[in-house]
Amino acid sequence: MSVDGTIGIHVNGEHRRVRAGLTLAELANELGLAPEKVAVERNLEVVPRGTLDQVIVEDGDELEIVHFVGGG
Amino acid sequence: MNAQARIETEDSWSVAGRTFRSRLIVGTGKYKDFEQNAAAVEASGAEIVTVAVRRVNISDPKAPMLTDFIDPKKITYLPNTAGCFTAEDAIRTLRLAREAGGWDLVKLEVLGEARTLYPNMVETIRATEVLAREGFKPMVYCTDDPIAAKQLEDAGAVAVMPLGAPIGSGLGLQNRVTIRLIVEGTKLPVLVDAGVGTASDAAVAMELGCTGVLMNTAIAEAKDPVLMARAMKASVEAGRMAYLAGRMGRRMYADPSSPLAGLI
Repeated sequence: MSVDGTIGIHVNGEHRRVRAGLTLAELANELGLAPEKVAVERNLEVVPRGTLDQVIVEDGDELEIVHFVGGG
Repeated sequence: MNAQARIETEDSWSVAGRTFRSRLIVGTGKYKDFEQNAAAVEASGAEIVTVAVRRVNISDPKAPMLTDFIDPKKITYLPNTAGCFTAEDAIRTLRLAREAGGWDLVKLEVLGEARTLYPNMVETIRATEVLAREGFKPMVYCTDDPIAAKQLEDAGAVAVMPLGAPIGSGLGLQNRVTIRLIVEGTKLPVLVDAGVGTASDAAVAMELGCTGVLMNTAIAEAKDPVLMARAMKASVEAGRMAYLAGRMGRRMYADPSSPLAGLI
């Protein structure tokens, strides 16, 4: 954690600084996403939907947030 | 009840314990907008749509989403692995899809090369085994190869989906013999996936005894996608009924339909 209380993470390949202690559900909300409409992978492990409001985002996390889009 | 009414009310198919009436599965890619996509799905009568799994757009989180237009509670979403070229990528994608959707019925495709979008069957079979072990119910895009279809059945696929022609080509079924051999050789539902260009192509697949047909581009790239969706619904139903009716035998020469006796 840096002196301003933020941590550095990657979300969908983009670097971001977010405040320390956020849960994944809080992070999704801060990004403007509805947690019930997305799936989250954290450091290559799928995060069970039911635990998004318990898992704390940590410094250096690599997050992928996905949803369904049109496709064949 | 007459035969047609019976077919319309009773004909159904099942995959992984779920029963469906419509034998047409449609994709949700390449449409002008979500409204047109939703109207085409409605016109097609499809109960299953394929969807892709992609990163959310963090810079525009309020952009309209597919789920706002096609209700996953009414239409079964079949997440696919389009764009995956290795078993690992496909498995990773479907693990996320299962978490996003909360269901285990998925469409597996592991592609071999961008030019033809032909399946890589070695990777496809490997991914099928892993997914089946993890409790997924994979419906599997594959080559039109009766042996590969049997291998997929052994690997834990719940349906085999051979290509009729390359994805997005609209060339129609290129090899009726191999599609028929797959239908005869597997206990699994067989759905022709890819290659349909127009309504008669879908009817051909159904007349060969396929369980169903999956298509995207043939509808999405028609000049009037909603009308084409309706045409596909009719052709899948017509092909199915023709298969059940049992076609006449082929003759090498003419055989008159009017009696020869009593000619003046």
